Amino acid sequence: MLAVSDPLKLYGRAFGSRLLVGTALYPSPAVMREAVRESGAEIITLSLRRQNPQQRQGRMLWDYIRESGCWLLPNTAGCKTPREVITLAEMSREIFQTDWIKLEVIGDDYNLQPDPYGLIEAARELVIRGFKVLPYCTDDLVVCRKLLDAGCEVLMPWGAPIGTGQGLLNKYNLRTLRERLPDTPLIIDAGVGAPSQAAEAMEMGYDAVLLNTAIAKAQDPVQMARAFRLAVQAGREAYRAGLMVKRQTASPSTPTLDMPFWQQVDKTQQD
Amino acid sequence: MRIFVNGEARIVEGSPDLASLLQQMEYSGETFAVAVNGDFVPRSEYPRTQIQDGDTLDVVAPVVGG
Repeated sequence: MLAVSDPLKLYGRAFGSRLLVGTALYPSPAVMREAVRESGAEIITLSLRRQNPQQRQGRMLWDYIRESGCWLLPNTAGCKTPREVITLAEMSREIFQTDWIKLEVIGDDYNLQPDPYGLIEAARELVIRGFKVLPYCTDDLVVCRKLLDAGCEVLMPWGAPIGTGQGLLNKYNLRTLRERLPDTPLIIDAGVGAPSQAAEAMEMGYDAVLLNTAIAKAQDPVQMARAFRLAVQAGREAYRAGLMVKRQTASPSTPTLDMPFWQQVDKTQQD
Repeated sequence: MRIFVNGEARIVEGSPDLASLLQQMEYSGETFAVAVNGDFVPRSEYPRTQIQDGDTLDVVAPVVGG
């Protein structure tokens, strides 16, 4: 683990893992627990939903959360307006005893695209109320800048729409964000379907990757969690090592000097 | 009076405060939070929050999420 030499710093807090994982969609709670453990994640996402007193899931999940020792990142998934967001965030803060919030304001039901206007308005209000806001946003530079202006210290642009597993759909925009916001922690959130895509995001210089479906819906979620842990580590190492510059033409790896069979004089010309 | 709890209509006797109402409905512990008419009500405000006819309550608890 890169905990000591290369921590992920978010809102003044240091983490050893650069992989954040969701807790939904697993075949069972037991598989979820094992997958989260195998992923090495130190930050997990979760949510709030209506519940009647007879349902015990909330209590059971709460017990697991306390056992896991993970840092909690409650989300506002499903909210469509800043007002809904504010209410759910306040409820989250009371239950989970954290002022961290993964801000989601959905602007389109078909691709679950974040509503940029709602995001900025909600972020402003949440920051005023003392929340540490991690917005799930699009890869638009101007929107991201306005979220920073609103007081967000971390941004979480999408790789692709939630649950699609399409990977990094707009690499130009994602590279632009990385280049133009060099001091902002950037986390790819959503759309990552394969460890190679997570590694690619890390190679681009992204600080971390947040995902859920790619692990939870794998045939073997625990093994896939491990694969993502390794991919994120590999990508980060590669970024720090510095990738070679791409070239248009070939360049031999093996020395050309003292190549056998090579003759200085062309025999065909002598005959 | 008639109120709505998590989207379902309920008939409630009198005009209870939120703390009493939650107790009647057997909510216990600290793993839930409440909004009345879409606004968050902090736990400390439950005894001072009077429930009115037609109020909508949302009572939420932790669930898995991405």
